[in-house]
Amino acid sequence: MSRSRTDIVLVWSLRGCAALAGAIVLLIVVFLVLESLPALQHVGLARFFTDASWQPSEGLYNLTPMLWGTLFAMAGAVLVATPLGVLSAMFCHYYAAPVVARFYRRLIELLAGIPSVVYGLWGLVVLVPLIGSLHPPGPSLLAGIAILTIMILPTIALMADAALANVPAHYLRGASALGLSRWATIRGVVFPAAKSGLFTGVILETGRAIGETMAVLMVCGNVVQTPANVFEPIRTLTANIALEMAYALGDHRAALFVSGLVLMAVIVVLVAGAERISKGRVYG
Amino acid sequence: MAEVLSRPAKSDWVPTLLVWMAVILVTTVFVWLISDIVRHGLTQLSWEFLTTAPQDAGRAGGIAPILVSTLLILGVCMAVSIPLGIGTALLLAEFTSVESIFGRLVRRSLDVLAGTPSIVFGLFGLAFFSKTLGLGFSILSGGLTLACMVLPILIRATEEGFRAVPPDYRLSAAALGLSRTTTILHLLLPAAAPGLIVGLVLGIGRALAETAALIFTSGYVDRMPESLLDSGRALSIHIFDLSMNVAGGDANAYGSALVLLVLLIVINGTAVWLSEHWLHRKIIPL
Repeated sequence: MSRSRTDIVLVWSLRGCAALAGAIVLLIVVFLVLESLPALQHVGLARFFTDASWQPSEGLYNLTPMLWGTLFAMAGAVLVATPLGVLSAMFCHYYAAPVVARFYRRLIELLAGIPSVVYGLWGLVVLVPLIGSLHPPGPSLLAGIAILTIMILPTIALMADAALANVPAHYLRGASALGLSRWATIRGVVFPAAKSGLFTGVILETGRAIGETMAVLMVCGNVVQTPANVFEPIRTLTANIALEMAYALGDHRAALFVSGLVLMAVIVVLVAGAERISKGRVYG
Repeated sequence: MAEVLSRPAKSDWVPTLLVWMAVILVTTVFVWLISDIVRHGLTQLSWEFLTTAPQDAGRAGGIAPILVSTLLILGVCMAVSIPLGIGTALLLAEFTSVESIFGRLVRRSLDVLAGTPSIVFGLFGLAFFSKTLGLGFSILSGGLTLACMVLPILIRATEEGFRAVPPDYRLSAAALGLSRTTTILHLLLPAAAPGLIVGLVLGIGRALAETAALIFTSGYVDRMPESLLDSGRALSIHIFDLSMNVAGGDANAYGSALVLLVLLIVINGTAVWLSEHWLHRKIIPL
């Protein structure tokens, strides 16, 4: 292959592009750490867990209620969305006629494309009053779980769909030759074969649930407290950043960057886990 | 594959019931959500709504300056992410083997970037573009933040486009003695165009839907922007602000949500259509 001067320039500029694109993550981490440093130095890591409450104006920085809020909302949504998503994928592959499956898949793709503010608006106007009429006040952990479930459902449904599509056809023919029923085939042959894809889907939907901000902010009520039941309002880590960043100063601002850093760390762990399970690239 | 598995046993009715219940539940929620937005949104939608400025904090009036700001933010985002994305995708698809350390590092960091929550992008944009680079709350800062966000989507689709080009093209070009630059410009780029355009459309969709990354970067100002250094309110932020911070803003929030939804459905539909009808067609660019 000829190596002209333009070729050399081209390869180096492409390397520059790739290096820049790859460096963005590094840059994000560096800036999060830089901006969190004041809080880590003045406040210290322990006080984010041991302070009496979250009252930044009085120098109290307890993040645990928000951590619980994020954890409960995420866990609830993942517990509901995972079976729904896997059942949806099963429907597309083994239960529906091809035309219906195509139509249903479009519907899931459309759900994936709806912006989080639109989910939030619908939750705020329709879902929150509905929950409020069942059990006041309405803006609650339950509303958050419901909205998050709808939002992460497409992630797990599409991942499970892809995982089921990758099950080799001769497995299915073998199961059929053995006279296994539809459900016995799915349970005994398809699920074990699609295991890694399904787990990757669960990890990705978990990441999506933890990182979601606007919809959760709009329906959860945003009271800083550890919820005693699903009808109590909560505030998640992400909502806390979005609500307070606008006026936060000094250590308060740095404390919000600390919560951003925590979120980023969780995501890095989740992506690394997903890569380990799926043995390669996760998103593409 | 359905015909292979068409032998239901008697004990199979529980999973079958569960599958159908899940599908009916998901479809119901979908229809409920869409019909709610469409029904409330349609009453607000008119030519005036699209062409006048918001009044009384958005309770009355339209969304003209907000649409302009949204387009400008998208423009900045795409102007930065397209060249960077194509460059990176070219390197990953054409010049890097799957095992090379540099390629693996870049891929891994793009995977993390794709999973990064949008609020973290917002924090980063605030710290880096708005503060360190001194862009303040501006359309430029918001667009650059979104560019970081859509980069993984764009690179992935473009890379797939390049990988879909048959190896014969490269071998023929090499046999003709063409330089790599010529091969890329005249052969690979046109042949990979469908993948590129799908990535572009998906990226625009993602950027248009984004809210959290823009709150502290492009800001809330709902006046008509005069330059890229002005703060400009994106459509999604307008919906958020009207429904959360403005009492009596729900009606116009629904109108804006319908506009956003229609834009996104058109964009996603285009992406699906392109990838089904154009991507799989045999391309002969010469």
